[in-house]
Amino acid sequence: MGKRDQLQAANVQSVSELHIRRRSAPFGITTLCVICLMAAAAAQDIASFEKRITLKKLDNGLTVLICERPEAPVFSFYTHVDAGSVQDPLDKTGLAHMFEHMAFKGTDTIGTKDYAAEKAALEKVEQAYAAYLRERDKPITRDQNKIKQLEATWQDAVKQANQYVIPNQFTEIIERNGGEDLNASTNYDETNYFYSLPTNRFELWAYLESSRFLHPVMREFYKERNVVIEERRMRTDSNPIGRLLEQFTTAAFQASQYHRPTIGWMSDLNSFSATDAENFFHEYYIPSNMVLTVVGDVKASEAMPIIEKYFARIPSHEKPDERITNEPPQNSERRVVLQEMAQPVYLEGYHRPDYLSPDDAVYDGIANLLSEGRTSRLYRALVRDKKIASDAAGFTGLPGNKYPHLFAFYAFCMPGHKPEEMATAIHEEIDKLKTQDISDDELKMIKTRAKANLIRSLGSNSGLAFELGINQARYDDWRELFRQVDRIDKISKADIRRVANKTFTDNNRTVGIIETAPPPSGQPTKGGE
Amino acid sequence: MKILKLAACVFLVLAALIAEANAQATDWQQISIPPLPTFHPKQPKRIELPNGMIVFLQEDHELPLIDGIARIRGGSRSEPSAKAGMLDMYGEVWRTGGTKTQTGDELDDYLEVRAAKVETGASSDSTTISWSCLKSDFDDVFKVFAELLREPEFRADKLDLAQREMFDAISRRNDDVSDIAQRESAKLAYGKDNPYTRQPEYATVSAATRQDLLNWHHTHVYPNYIILGVVGDFDSAAMEAKLREAFAQWAKGPAFKAPDIKFEPAKPGYYLIPKSDVNQSNIRMVDLGIRKDNPDYFAAQVFNETFGGGFSSRLFRNIRSALGLAYAVGGGIGSAFDHQGIERIAMGTKSQSTVEAIQALDKQIDDLKINPISEDEIKRAKDSILNSFVFNFDSPEKVLRERMAYEFYGYPADFLERFRAGIEKVQPADVQRVVAKYLHKDQMRVLVVGNTSEFDKPLSDLGSVTNIDISIPPPPGEKGASAGSPSP
Repeated sequence: MGKRDQLQAANVQSVSELHIRRRSAPFGITTLCVICLMAAAAAQDIASFEKRITLKKLDNGLTVLICERPEAPVFSFYTHVDAGSVQDPLDKTGLAHMFEHMAFKGTDTIGTKDYAAEKAALEKVEQAYAAYLRERDKPITRDQNKIKQLEATWQDAVKQANQYVIPNQFTEIIERNGGEDLNASTNYDETNYFYSLPTNRFELWAYLESSRFLHPVMREFYKERNVVIEERRMRTDSNPIGRLLEQFTTAAFQASQYHRPTIGWMSDLNSFSATDAENFFHEYYIPSNMVLTVVGDVKASEAMPIIEKYFARIPSHEKPDERITNEPPQNSERRVVLQEMAQPVYLEGYHRPDYLSPDDAVYDGIANLLSEGRTSRLYRALVRDKKIASDAAGFTGLPGNKYPHLFAFYAFCMPGHKPEEMATAIHEEIDKLKTQDISDDELKMIKTRAKANLIRSLGSNSGLAFELGINQARYDDWRELFRQVDRIDKISKADIRRVANKTFTDNNRTVGIIETAPPPSGQPTKGGE
Repeated sequence: MKILKLAACVFLVLAALIAEANAQATDWQQISIPPLPTFHPKQPKRIELPNGMIVFLQEDHELPLIDGIARIRGGSRSEPSAKAGMLDMYGEVWRTGGTKTQTGDELDDYLEVRAAKVETGASSDSTTISWSCLKSDFDDVFKVFAELLREPEFRADKLDLAQREMFDAISRRNDDVSDIAQRESAKLAYGKDNPYTRQPEYATVSAATRQDLLNWHHTHVYPNYIILGVVGDFDSAAMEAKLREAFAQWAKGPAFKAPDIKFEPAKPGYYLIPKSDVNQSNIRMVDLGIRKDNPDYFAAQVFNETFGGGFSSRLFRNIRSALGLAYAVGGGIGSAFDHQGIERIAMGTKSQSTVEAIQALDKQIDDLKINPISEDEIKRAKDSILNSFVFNFDSPEKVLRERMAYEFYGYPADFLERFRAGIEKVQPADVQRVVAKYLHKDQMRVLVVGNTSEFDKPLSDLGSVTNIDISIPPPPGEKGASAGSPSP
């Protein structure tokens, strides 16, 4: 992952790193995949999509969207669940992501040798774990021997339960049937499940995908929790940029649930239980909270009845409470400075309203102007002309965008240049946005690029499934995917100045910096850093 | 003809699978799997110009876009080692340095207004120049592409910028542990100063001049070194005429000679890179892999799928799911088209289970002898590869990319079909033979990048350990190894 991706794709956790080590295929054309040879997809306006899209809300509240794209006998899907780490209970950060991992562990019929016996054994695991935890977390009068004993009892119970497990059977069925790009991701705002299959597996898919949300089983939970803890070590603890992002986001949000990392704090990861995950599932994984999008060589007239047959089985109940804490206005700059054995990085962010704000497109326009391509203002100013940064950009959506979030800027300092110089140069660009209208050419460029980017985003089943699904979920209308371009088309020069003046103020700023620490003593530079 | 044969084979595979599915008992296994509709992936039109340039045209009328890429023989594996990094800079300055008539900055303005891209790049065996544009802008953008292909200027100010960016990358190369592990393990497999693994240094980057870039261009960018692929919303006859007009007069160059590269792997054993600011160890076990034209390639692919290639693989199941020792774990016998790939097993585990994890990986390798990959595991791997086979050609662009790769490396145009047939034929004995031939625990170079003070046991408990010094040589004229900010 490049340094730019690492910053911008912050805070997304997945069940697997498989995309980096999936069979490299005989045809692995490694040198070519870096080049964007765009694939093409169906025509690019709402009218042409209207003809190919079928939308249905099932009786249980599940939204189903099918887009016919008969290019090749394959289909992709996204299951969008309107619950992310923002919904994690207070002392159980990381739970949304943990459940995502558990949704690969099978059901009452897949992954088990004897579900009745396994169920009883899993209940014993939970009882034993609760007893262990009670003793372990006693603030006073803790008995170390008793803790050991209770831990052993819990581990024994785990062993008992494991004898009923058929490991990884759920994913094995998908892989055997030709599943491609099998994965899921959890971020602050939502959770997505996705893969692709040949079309003759459509009914099998409908069965599998509905079953994991009808009757998931929390088997092998505590082993999987260790896997997630390793994921935290990899993405956050052992990575300077990961550490910076966690500290930075935590500082910028003090009241909002964006304060808490999606991966979860270590002590929560070492505490929450399978029962907690199951409770989370029951509260948030309800049909009315989910959008299922299928794109590919399927006919809605045939596919919809199959989807209904299987997904109608999922019971519905009341939508959960959606309130979150509003971040109060920030009234002074905040700074986090990390001393790292790594080269300097500068990051700053400004609070902005959520994606439903009428100014949402203006923020997109500003990000586009500042960051896209070689004509972007930050590239030209910091990289090309001042030569103080190797990369610089401004982007929106940190750490999510469903709730009020940040518009952020970053710059990677060139050797010999300090984070302060990045701040000064970025602020000069911000001042220009506030005090001078952008040029006609720039405005035109933003709008042309928005249209071209939309067309290019329609180039694959999985890309389309994701885009249509998230727009349906966020706006209750997939057509917003296309209307975003219209909104960008309406941006004026005055809008950009107004929004820049409103947003990019000193008091509204949080700064995150990596400074290079001197090497630790006793281990100067030999084999160390 | 070729396509029909492929479709027929796909059908047979599916028929076999249906029979299998019907034979079993529980509910999900009773879901019928109809035959996959016959599918004829469209093959691109191949044209060979008299000057040796190969062109592939792949029409795709779904969106109003036209994209193209020229892949040109010769890459960083052929650059002088004293100028390591030169091709990276060539790949950048080719575009940013502009053409005879327009500076790179002027090109930026010209293209961005059209939301179009013309980009260049370099890899170990080739360089590329590509474009992407709306159909309506094709003539404008193609003109830039053709001019940049033939008459780039490599202006000095952009070489200066590219050099600075290289210095930045050098200074940051030890910031991320997984990058370190990947890079250093490749050196253990191929040899430290191998053309595939040597790394740019301040001195080698500084040594490359504008004249070097111009010379490279003039000795490599010949029509007979080029494979050009075009995909999108165009008419092939009209496009062919345009391309012939643009390139037919271009004189052929001398025949291309691929470099002969020898691999000198490090001696097997344990290698350590201490890193005090992490709580997870990055472990890599490496050996030389194979070429894709090796007859063992198909069995190796099946083996990889069973051993380290997915959720159902042994490593994932045993190291991750059963032991909870890793989030990322996997690997296999790597392959490449025209040289040996790298056999690599990779995992990350908490510092406190470093030695335990290496032993667990060792046990998985040993276990291949005690419990050889079973018929059932092989069946599963083959199912997985063959049932997902259609994803190799489910878009016109993928078909084009593959054909271009086979052309580039001199593989048969129907290599994909041969691959499928080859996979189908793999038997348990083949997998066993491949394991015995290529996977040797005592031949592995085992690299650990991690926080030694937190290890469960010293790495030396496993065998003798060689420390690798990854400190960055300072720019010429500066003293001392630099962990901080060098300012060249």
